[in-house]
Amino acid sequence: MPAFLKIEDFSCGYEKFVLKNINFETERGMLTGIVGPNGSGKTTLFRGITGELDVKSGCVFLDGKSVHSMSFREKAKHMAVVSQHISATDITVEDYVLMGRLPHRKKLRFFETSEDYTIAYEYMKLTNVFHLKDKFMSKISGGEQQLTNIARALAQQPQLLLLDEPTSHLDITHQVQILNLIQKLSQEMNLSILMIIHDLNLAGEYCDYLIMLNDGKIHKKGLPEEVLNYKDIEDVYKTIVVVEQNPVSKKPAVFLVSEKILKQGNGSRI
Amino acid sequence: MRKKYLRWIIFLSTLILLGVITFLVGLTTGELSISIFDIPGIFRDKEGIEYVVLNQIRLPRIVLGIAVGGGLSLSGAILQGIYRNPLVEPYTLGISGGAAMGVALAIVFALPAVFGAFILPAAGFAGALLTIFLVYFLGIRHGNININNMLLIGVMVSFVASAAMMFLMAVTTSENLHSIVFWMMGSLDEPNRLLIRITLIIAATGLVTSAFFSGTLNALRLGESNAKHLGINTGASIRILFVIASLMAGVCVAAAGVIGFVGLVIPHLIRLIAGSDYRILLPGSFLGGGIFLIICDTIARTIISPNELPIGVITGMAGGIMFIVILSRSKSNFKMS
Repeated sequence: MPAFLKIEDFSCGYEKFVLKNINFETERGMLTGIVGPNGSGKTTLFRGITGELDVKSGCVFLDGKSVHSMSFREKAKHMAVVSQHISATDITVEDYVLMGRLPHRKKLRFFETSEDYTIAYEYMKLTNVFHLKDKFMSKISGGEQQLTNIARALAQQPQLLLLDEPTSHLDITHQVQILNLIQKLSQEMNLSILMIIHDLNLAGEYCDYLIMLNDGKIHKKGLPEEVLNYKDIEDVYKTIVVVEQNPVSKKPAVFLVSEKILKQGNGSRI
Repeated sequence: MRKKYLRWIIFLSTLILLGVITFLVGLTTGELSISIFDIPGIFRDKEGIEYVVLNQIRLPRIVLGIAVGGGLSLSGAILQGIYRNPLVEPYTLGISGGAAMGVALAIVFALPAVFGAFILPAAGFAGALLTIFLVYFLGIRHGNININNMLLIGVMVSFVASAAMMFLMAVTTSENLHSIVFWMMGSLDEPNRLLIRITLIIAATGLVTSAFFSGTLNALRLGESNAKHLGINTGASIRILFVIASLMAGVCVAAAGVIGFVGLVIPHLIRLIAGSDYRILLPGSFLGGGIFLIICDTIARTIISPNELPIGVITGMAGGIMFIVILSRSKSNFKMS
């Protein structure tokens, strides 16, 4: 199968920070995690893919088509972004999700069609926020806001979904709920998903493929068990860790050790 | 029919009904009170003092009130939308300051004596236009629009213009000073019908054009970056909306002087009542602004009749108090985005 998202020799960035020579590919139905320390270029990569930043060189292909030759609208029909921040608060959950239909609305159409409602309702049910539809965004919890955000992105009916730290600031109940949903989306809807994620354990548990960024370059890419090893993590994060295997899922699990223990010499390493 | 749309239709119908009532009240009240039932007859016969009062004085004032009130309030709604800042109004961006500066210069250099009275609105519009250009081009760097910079530049231009005004007022004759102050206080008393027509046409064009951007403004509520992800060309849209809003405000200030408060308060009021969806907010603000200004003008010209209060006194007091009352009574916290 040909790669669905293909990033070739891609460089983009700002005056002071540049992402250099990024190369990777993902397929439909694949959940790819992007990990790396703060300032390693994760968000810059997203901005480059969505075309928010000017490209310095290279190309991003979506289903064989260059993303940067697409119009804003066309892009929004192909890819949706779930960002960390929810800025509108005086809007109902239903209206928020309906916003996702904007790129599909005809230019001179002011009102939502019944198809828009059907699609919005479908994804609200899928993300389990339908019962909140008349509530204001400011009145629901952080986890519910994030689910609504995902429903809004799905209403765009994209083929590529970009998620920027979807589980930050959430308790484990919501973290697991949201990651299970994301995993389900990639498998059942055959969506290609890129997800920035800080928690290496969750990244290892849920992602099919990992890309580890460091200092504007890809440090390592591969299966979670290939990328998440103590050596690469220590190189990139400058932190001593212990990597074991999750006894149930057999996925890599990363443990941190406090300085006090390390000084006592009790830290054992695999 | 969706409940949301039904609510909007009811809201707009109520506003239109309210508009018709204020229109009739405005026509009939004043120093010379005229019965509603006589109005059709007066306009048919086209004679008598009543016809002169209605046709020459009250009707033009009301029409200008709709145009200026609607234009300023719509302009405020659009600017609050693109700047995503609840305190922005047309005047924050220095449009009134620039216009006042233009008018003050025209008065000080005695231009009305040479070119006639039409030079004052023309100078006001030129001043507003100059400010708009300054704010627009200083706000764009490397082809990107910087919203916050633009806002600060507007505020600064406003300060510079008002300082320059004070300078002019300090050095000029007391007669000129009186003219400047009178113009600055704002009034819907405008003898030139062409000017009234132009203002009405510009305001109506602004309403229709901005309506096409209601989806864009809605998307901008989620932030500029999210709007981009929803397929909106935010840079171009913000520029077009800025030009529409500021031109509209410039024409309104040129025609009626500095009438404060309408552009700030009416959009918020509509937001509190009808919600923040721009598809209802834009027409709602236009109608609400027009109605509000006609009411204020009717009060201003009757309350100490036969004298007239500056309309800004009424808009400031009535608008401010009304807004505080509604805000403190509304259950939801006031948020704008």
